[in-house]
Amino acid sequence: MPDATGLELLAGELGDAALETVYFRNRATLIVDPARIREVLASLREKGYAFLASVHGVDHYPEEPRLGVIYELLDMDSVDRITVKLRVPLDAPTVASVSEEWPTANHQEREIYDMFGVVFEGHPDLRRILMPEDYEGHPQRRDFPLGGEPVIFTRDEAGLLEAREEEATST
Amino acid sequence: MRREPLPPRTSTPGLPGGDGELRVQSLNARQMLRGGDLEGANRPAALEGSELEEYVQERVLTTTLDDAVAWARSNSFFPLAFGLACCAMEQFHTAGPRMDIARFGFEAFRASPRQADLIILAGRVSIKMAPIIRRLYDQMLEPKWAISMGACCSSMGVFNNYALVPADKFMPIDVHVPGCPPRPEALMHGVLKLRKLVQDDPDMGWRERYDAVGTEERP
Amino acid sequence: MSPTASSPHSPGTGKGENPTLSAYRRREQSITLAPLDDDLDPDMGARDELLTLNFGPHHPATHGVLRLLVTLQAEIVRDIKPIIGYVHTGIEKTAEDKSYWKVIPVVERMDYLSYYFNAMAYCGAVEALVEVEVPKRGQYLRVIHLELNRIASHLIWLGTSALDLGATSIFLYCLRERELILDLFEMSSGARMHTRYFQVGGVIEDIPRGFEAKVREFLKIMPERADEYGAILNSNEILLQRLRGTCPLDAQTLLGLGVSGPLLRAAGNPWDLRKADPYSSYEDFRFKIPVGTVGDNYDRFAVRLAEIYESVKIIEQALDGLPEGPYITEDRKVALPPRHELATSMEALIHHFKLVTEGFRVPPGEVYNPIESPRGELGCYVRSDGSSKPVRVHMRDPSFVNLQALAPMVRGSYIADMIATTAMLDPILGGIDR
Repeated sequence: MPDATGLELLAGELGDAALETVYFRNRATLIVDPARIREVLASLREKGYAFLASVHGVDHYPEEPRLGVIYELLDMDSVDRITVKLRVPLDAPTVASVSEEWPTANHQEREIYDMFGVVFEGHPDLRRILMPEDYEGHPQRRDFPLGGEPVIFTRDEAGLLEAREEEATST
Repeated sequence: MRREPLPPRTSTPGLPGGDGELRVQSLNARQMLRGGDLEGANRPAALEGSELEEYVQERVLTTTLDDAVAWARSNSFFPLAFGLACCAMEQFHTAGPRMDIARFGFEAFRASPRQADLIILAGRVSIKMAPIIRRLYDQMLEPKWAISMGACCSSMGVFNNYALVPADKFMPIDVHVPGCPPRPEALMHGVLKLRKLVQDDPDMGWRERYDAVGTEERP
Repeated sequence: MSPTASSPHSPGTGKGENPTLSAYRRREQSITLAPLDDDLDPDMGARDELLTLNFGPHHPATHGVLRLLVTLQAEIVRDIKPIIGYVHTGIEKTAEDKSYWKVIPVVERMDYLSYYFNAMAYCGAVEALVEVEVPKRGQYLRVIHLELNRIASHLIWLGTSALDLGATSIFLYCLRERELILDLFEMSSGARMHTRYFQVGGVIEDIPRGFEAKVREFLKIMPERADEYGAILNSNEILLQRLRGTCPLDAQTLLGLGVSGPLLRAAGNPWDLRKADPYSSYEDFRFKIPVGTVGDNYDRFAVRLAEIYESVKIIEQALDGLPEGPYITEDRKVALPPRHELATSMEALIHHFKLVTEGFRVPPGEVYNPIESPRGELGCYVRSDGSSKPVRVHMRDPSFVNLQALAPMVRGSYIADMIATTAMLDPILGGIDR
């Protein structure tokens, strides 16, 4: 990780694309403007961070802007990591896709779309990857219920369900 | 490995002509069944009536055809090679060298559901996979059985959430094997329980078993 | 919803396209053609006909429920589209609902062959957030179990890959060794798989008496057995023909695709997090990184086989240098106090109660913790908001990212090579789908 001063210098070089820097537990994070993500990643690539390790999403519910996308970059030559973060609001969840320059982001952006609903513009094939294709809703948002099913057993089916119904109506 | 030399073959006592002649052996066998001893001092008279029946009952196994078929079926399940998640690893170990499922005759894991009669659901069933498993189960031929291995498909297991379905919701399960993942011994216990179930209660067809006659879908 | 049967169609011409296909299915089957190989016989006649075949999700040759839409020209694979999600378990969402301690068994079940690695990545992330130090003995014990798990994972990979390629006896040999490793796990933690042995701050329990002797016994036979497997497989002409020279991919493309682990090392790039960015005392051990040259299937196979020997060396060094001391952090706000203290100390009782009912609180922040799993870089991202439950747990699974490399590897080769490549890719669907 670049140390705190290195991080500030980096942020300075990126100009107004970098909104904020966070240095936490020896790890450097840059919070950037969602519209400029491709150029930020390109300039970081020139600095040596050539390996995109992970693209993942976060839901900051209830703070706005709610949906976050996090890019983990790795510089293999100097063993350095840096995190780039951006946040988009729920009513305009579009981010430019970086899958053209970073092919690894292909499936990972699809997963973020599937789980959070962030739409990646320019992605060659944005569709659901983990959930069935006609699923409604974005499961990993914080206000999506966890779900779950009551358990039934084949040989006991009638008895258990009836007993549960009786319990529910009587209490 | 040290091997003891096998004892030398001596001709079976009482058999004329040595033990190499098949024709002689079968003639002798017929004679034995009829109640006569072959050579030697105590050659009883040929048995008649109830004595013959007793003699035969002691030596010949009779059973109903159903029982025989059930016995054969239960001892030769063809499991479907179907592993979903972590339980599949323990399923491999059940088929592995230590907890050998081949001892019981079940090592023929078939890849095609048309050739299998036992589906062991090893692992968690997600909502995307459920219709596929149902289709696999429908492709299996009667009589067929299902074992739900592990906590996840039996009863949602560790994860009770939007993504999983308990297996009983979309297909009938005969034996549930608890565990996360169940040890190979536990899976073996489940399979043997199923074997006992089939031997004792060999109803054909799951629709008769689960009182679901009349629920067939029309094409 | 249209059935997923094979349907011969020639896209682009509009002829024979199934009109009942939804837009989703049509997009799913869209292909990108690789340039035609010059060695193809131009009179083959199959030039205009492309067949889309559906492999899986139930197929004996896939490692788990992986579905592949393969577009074929005669026997040559023109494009491949993996479709996943058939074991999606919502692990990350379930983890948000549980206290930090209880997330460990949930997260272990993700990549179900390398369960200790999942726990290690997660515990490492939480330890960074809570700022606890794992004592040296705990670190060494973790390394021993991690490397044993690496060997176990490689054994299953070897067994199932050999099974796919036709060498069926190797499967049973590998399971025989794996039984020994699972016995060791059972000895130290009580369970064979998903042992919940790693906790935040160290390991849950010290190793019992006799564990070290048993491990050393295992370490004596493992290299011999690995030699046996190497001898059997390296002299198997069919296996060599199927693996040598098939589906190579250069390191630069792999880096672009985010691939790490044995796949990248087989292509020549010696990137290994255990050496580059050591965690949990890996810097104390001397071991080599096997690196391939060509990047074809044979190199991937050889690299993983060689890693087994290196893991054996690491375990031996860890056992030799195992220090005395605590095996879990002494910080009672994070780790359970030892049972005997509960009888005498009131604070211990209160700590125990708070930890078991509510769990420890983690200061707000977010951390990404990468480690080297048998398949590549396994990273765990944990975001906390000060409460006792995590806000977001994301596991960056190596198989999920490595799967994207399957298409470039396989374009232009035969179906049989595709099966071999999928085997050498070592995908674990639990990790891919989470």
